[in-house]
Amino acid sequence: MQHGKYRFIVGFLTVPLGLYALFVVWPFIQSIYYSFTDWTGLSPEFKMVGFDNYKRMFHDEIFWKSLQHSLLFALVLPLVTISLALFFAFMINVGGRRRAGGPVISGVRGSSFYKIVYFFPQVLSIAIVALLFAFAYNPDSGAINSLLRGIGLDSVQPLWLGDPSLALWCVMAVLVWSSVGFFVVLFSAGMASIPAELYEAALLDGANRMTTFFRLTLPLLWDTVMSGWVYMGILALGAESFAVVQIMTTGPGGPDYSTTVLVLYVYQKAFRDGQAAYATTIGVALLVVTLAFAAIVMRLGRRERLEF
Amino acid sequence: MGSTSAENNGSNGVGRRDLIKRSAALGLISVPTMSFLSACASSDSGSDKKATAGTKTAKNPLAVNATAPMEFVLFDGGFGKEYAEDAVKIYEKDFPKAKVKFSATQKIQSTLQPRFNQGTPPDLIDNSGAEQMDMGVLASKKQLTDLTPLLDAPSYDDPSKKVRDTLRPGIVEMGQLDGDPVWIMYYAYTVYGVWYSQKALDSLDEKYPETWDQMLAVCAKAKKKGMAGWTYAGKYPYYLPFSLYPMIGKVGGREVLDAIDNLEPNAWKHPAVKACFEAYYELFKKGYILKGTPGIDHIQSQTAWAQGKALFIPNGSWVENESANVIPKDFNLAVSAPTGIDSSDKLPFGTIWASGGEPFIVPAKGANAAGGMEQLRIMLSEASSKNFTSKVKSLTAYNGGTTGITLTPGLTSGVAALKLAGANVLNPRLQDWYVQLQKEQIGVAGLGEMMAGRATPAETIKKIQGYADATAKDTSIKHYKHQ
Repeated sequence: MQHGKYRFIVGFLTVPLGLYALFVVWPFIQSIYYSFTDWTGLSPEFKMVGFDNYKRMFHDEIFWKSLQHSLLFALVLPLVTISLALFFAFMINVGGRRRAGGPVISGVRGSSFYKIVYFFPQVLSIAIVALLFAFAYNPDSGAINSLLRGIGLDSVQPLWLGDPSLALWCVMAVLVWSSVGFFVVLFSAGMASIPAELYEAALLDGANRMTTFFRLTLPLLWDTVMSGWVYMGILALGAESFAVVQIMTTGPGGPDYSTTVLVLYVYQKAFRDGQAAYATTIGVALLVVTLAFAAIVMRLGRRERLEF
Repeated sequence: MGSTSAENNGSNGVGRRDLIKRSAALGLISVPTMSFLSACASSDSGSDKKATAGTKTAKNPLAVNATAPMEFVLFDGGFGKEYAEDAVKIYEKDFPKAKVKFSATQKIQSTLQPRFNQGTPPDLIDNSGAEQMDMGVLASKKQLTDLTPLLDAPSYDDPSKKVRDTLRPGIVEMGQLDGDPVWIMYYAYTVYGVWYSQKALDSLDEKYPETWDQMLAVCAKAKKKGMAGWTYAGKYPYYLPFSLYPMIGKVGGREVLDAIDNLEPNAWKHPAVKACFEAYYELFKKGYILKGTPGIDHIQSQTAWAQGKALFIPNGSWVENESANVIPKDFNLAVSAPTGIDSSDKLPFGTIWASGGEPFIVPAKGANAAGGMEQLRIMLSEASSKNFTSKVKSLTAYNGGTTGITLTPGLTSGVAALKLAGANVLNPRLQDWYVQLQKEQIGVAGLGEMMAGRATPAETIKKIQGYADATAKDTSIKHYKHQ
């Protein structure tokens, strides 16, 4: 059995690993290399400058602000999105009232309809979602303030994206809205694979919905929740947060730097200010943050795997 | 379970000696990779396939090689691409044997940045739009051709007149970054100021106010009629300087703006700056700014203004084209030079900000720079300029070219404003010299906060001066001075 085993494995792995190295590892190495240069991104000439970019980064107020916001995104967004998604998924699959003669567990009335509705935002591209919400947040004629006026709250007319204390939360709300549906579907699939006997047993023991959820559903779904958590965190640190901040916010990144995030700062430095080398430096910082985030989540979330 | 037993055959996975061997091998690989790395995203091939010069004649003063191909990349934005296609046709007629490759894109930087890095840029670029490439960086990295030969060449229409002498005021200076070379030819000519509906102003029985007291009086009158005095692109507060900077120049003189552009210490602490900031802040305090303005973008603010929700908006001459579908037919669009403080201002009423837009550049490493310049010379002829103005409702760098064509209301008013200004045309440069300072720091963090009422003028000036000082000190930014 041993003979030729490695050749066999190598044969299968060469192509995917080669692609991975070329399109993932290689760009990483390149950007780390560029972070030690003074490359502008606009001409082929550059020279090595050692740790100058890193020194500059550590004294850059906007970098720290962006980092702070990015970390807030990575903490708050998964927490809110996943809690909401778990709640919705539970109500859709398990949380329904028991009907005489019906199955042991079922979702609330109309659950199959809800499942589709929750998934809708996932169909729209994030750019469209961001644009739609930018219109909704318009303090003058947007949907939200018009609604507030409509129900007689004429005095409550926030500036939303124009208010530094609200803007970041407005942006986060959009991301939650647009990504919660995906996790509802993901968790629904996970819940469907939990055997009904376990629920039956729990019900016989007199467990209510709350206990069923925390003692049964959540532990059996833990692996899915963890991967969802990492996935959402990476979205929040990366592309999704860039799109919404770039499209929706004042400036973008404002008002007064209240919504700037690391990815946006990378983009601005590379493509607005012609400082590609400094941008890659911030990119390296972002890479470290993302890796640390994934590592911490995996570590904290490690549990005994349950077989069922 | 064959796969696990292989591990157990050896000692425990990777031995110490193995590890040393492998890391040495890794080191061997990584040394040559470094040189390979530098050759990857930014390969300096710089293939010297330059076209040889043609013969210099009266009709061909730039000595263009009549058979050399020429490549022209245009920004496909608010001005469209028809005007450039028309100019390309003239080039092809003048040089029938030359092959012209013309393309128009909105993605200037993503299409062209790699080509600059490879050393094979096109011969003429309209470097405009959201993906504009930083021209200070391009010039300092020797990527651009000095356009002086073009400026000193005879103009397309009149061989006795140099191209330089057919241009509007400020165009040549704007193309200089430091020293004499002219790197950029701005083709469009933009008038900045306060834009309004003459009809709305007439309905209030008012003229455009020349002093700030009159401005406040007009706003008060408008407010009584349920109309806000001002609105602006709240999400992009760097539209405010379009009327604020020339106001500062009018109140304190041209030197104040020059000092600001030159990032001189305490330039923002000048009394004229303070007076103008306080004047604008008063608009907020008196409630003359359309409610919700800090949360709306430029399109939304222009729409609210076109609907008559607000009287004045600081903007540039592109607004006529950009908001064409929301501006009512009888709106009677007009632009005015900014209102001053009072009669003690240094410069007379009419002092205005006007400057070039649509920056065209001729890359140094292109194959046919002479062809690129010749194409520009064609575009700066009277016929091409007229074609541009009648097609896209904007003036060009060519001084004139408005007779014999019907101008739109906004354009007519712009021409009149330029005439009133005479020599008092100001040209603040922060927006093309220090983009981050102008947009993000002065605009969003400074003026945006002040006009939303979250910071006082004094605080704002202090904050902006801090940003300006930081920019002056930042060695990663290229610095410029007014000549």
